[in-house]
Amino acid sequence: MKIFVLVKEVPDTYGDRKLNLETGLADRAAGDVVLDEITERALEVALSYADKAGDAEVVAVSMSPSGSTASVRRALAIGAASAVHIADEQLAGADLGLTAEVLAAAIRRAEPDLVITGNLSTDGSAGMIPAMLAEHLGYAQATALSAVEITADGASGTRAADDGAQPVTVPFPAVISITEALPDARFPNFKGIMAAKKKPLEVLLLDDLGVSADPAAAPRTIMTTVAEKPPRAAGVKITDEGDAGAQLVEFLVQNRLV
Amino acid sequence: MMSYPENPILVLVDVTPAGEAASSTAALIGAASLIGAPVALVPGGAQSAVDAAAAAGASVVLTAPADAASLTVPLVDALQAAYRRVRPDAVLVSNSIAGRDVAGRFAVRERLAISVDAVGVSRDDEGVVAHHSVYGGAYLVDSAPTYGAAVITVRQGAVDARADAVASPVVEELEVEASGAAAAQAGPVEVIEVASSRPELRGAAKVVSGGRGLGSKEQFVLVEHLADALGAAIGASRAAVDAGYIPYAHQVGQTGVSVSPQLYVAVGISGAIQHRAGMQTAKTIVAINKDAEAPIFDIADFGIVGDLFTIVPQVVEALEARKK
Repeated sequence: MKIFVLVKEVPDTYGDRKLNLETGLADRAAGDVVLDEITERALEVALSYADKAGDAEVVAVSMSPSGSTASVRRALAIGAASAVHIADEQLAGADLGLTAEVLAAAIRRAEPDLVITGNLSTDGSAGMIPAMLAEHLGYAQATALSAVEITADGASGTRAADDGAQPVTVPFPAVISITEALPDARFPNFKGIMAAKKKPLEVLLLDDLGVSADPAAAPRTIMTTVAEKPPRAAGVKITDEGDAGAQLVEFLVQNRLV
Repeated sequence: MMSYPENPILVLVDVTPAGEAASSTAALIGAASLIGAPVALVPGGAQSAVDAAAAAGASVVLTAPADAASLTVPLVDALQAAYRRVRPDAVLVSNSIAGRDVAGRFAVRERLAISVDAVGVSRDDEGVVAHHSVYGGAYLVDSAPTYGAAVITVRQGAVDARADAVASPVVEELEVEASGAAAAQAGPVEVIEVASSRPELRGAAKVVSGGRGLGSKEQFVLVEHLADALGAAIGASRAAVDAGYIPYAHQVGQTGVSVSPQLYVAVGISGAIQHRAGMQTAKTIVAINKDAEAPIFDIADFGIVGDLFTIVPQVVEALEARKK
């Protein structure tokens, strides 16, 4: 079985995240970048199945700038057998439509049985790519799984739906997305980090995939304005000396909040 | 063939497992009314849901068959049929888990540009514009399609606009041709019981959230007391959810619900940046924490350094006394 896992490099949410106010693009130099935690969990789902089943090949796929090799290597160090890194300057600022088209083209070349993604990235937070990929590929999709079991011919699990939990089953080929209810990824050990340097890492350009970033090729979503909200200032801070509760109620009354 | 209003905006109404219109409906149709004439698509076509769409301001309500056992695809097929019939300027879908999947697949199928998680919509000379609040509310971004109709998912609880009710809407049953696209099989939804009369977290005017500082599931009840005294919804930090004090549905932050209430009270929450990303657009923030260095105090309008186990009961008592 072949499992593709989408992994994404994102700005670290523990630091300051900035948008460039002229281009609207993420300012990657503003803070640290990390492999999105949810995509590491998606990788863990694939790896734990591979540990058990033995015959599964796990491939990490990422679309990110050419400087993001370290994040892709991290997926290899965690345990993916190989990686596909789509790195093309024309993809800077790609919208969801172009991103889905590119990822679908990369997945289509290898015809995996299963594609696993996180449910929502921490940067774009769109949560849209899994369904878009399924439509491009003609795969069935099951998103937002908070529990998942993979078998030789399909996946089943519990979907964290809007109104409650729902059992779902999906035959291969399929796209599934998982929530943060699933376990953390294993930590890459020294052996894994050394092995990652020798694992296959294919770098692809748009031409390799036959996808055009030409704005005339399809409607795209563009940012028309970007503005920064002024940071919040701290207000009153008191230390409780027995009457803090009363002072808080007074504050709420004055501000017409009760 | 019937005619549709000018500048039609197609709205996909989310329906609950019981077939009712979801609570997001009024805001979705309200948003549509800001940029054109709302035309609602009600999957399943239950009379109560059709009535709800009309009451929310849709002058035309389209119905389509629903198949709850098959995930997403029947809804995409119905939305596609409605789109081709109505030819709207924009398609609005709730940014719910179900809505996102339908919108994503639909946009690919019809080759339309998609904007996600809008907190508002408007029109300019060139067409429909979606407004977004990104990186936890630190930036405001507008987006628009280069050409073609816009597909926009709208954040739940973010739009205040409401349209006038339509007394006698035109109701039309759509014929939907099944695409036959592969779909997951879905079982019944185990509905989470809403055990109380407390407001829903999304869109609540007041929110009281508890964190790890509550110490246990039993003591988390303090948050509930304060919420009830204020008439607030209940939220929680990821730490409190991970510790099992309260279900995930209450998680506020980067990986939970984003809220923008009039009042946000953080009890025993340190204010990790991921939590702040989900609440820092609140109008007024109150924080109670024993650690004077907790980052939540950097953004609090009123901060109390002290023991929440003594302060919260005092506040509850004082609020109850005021009501008498």
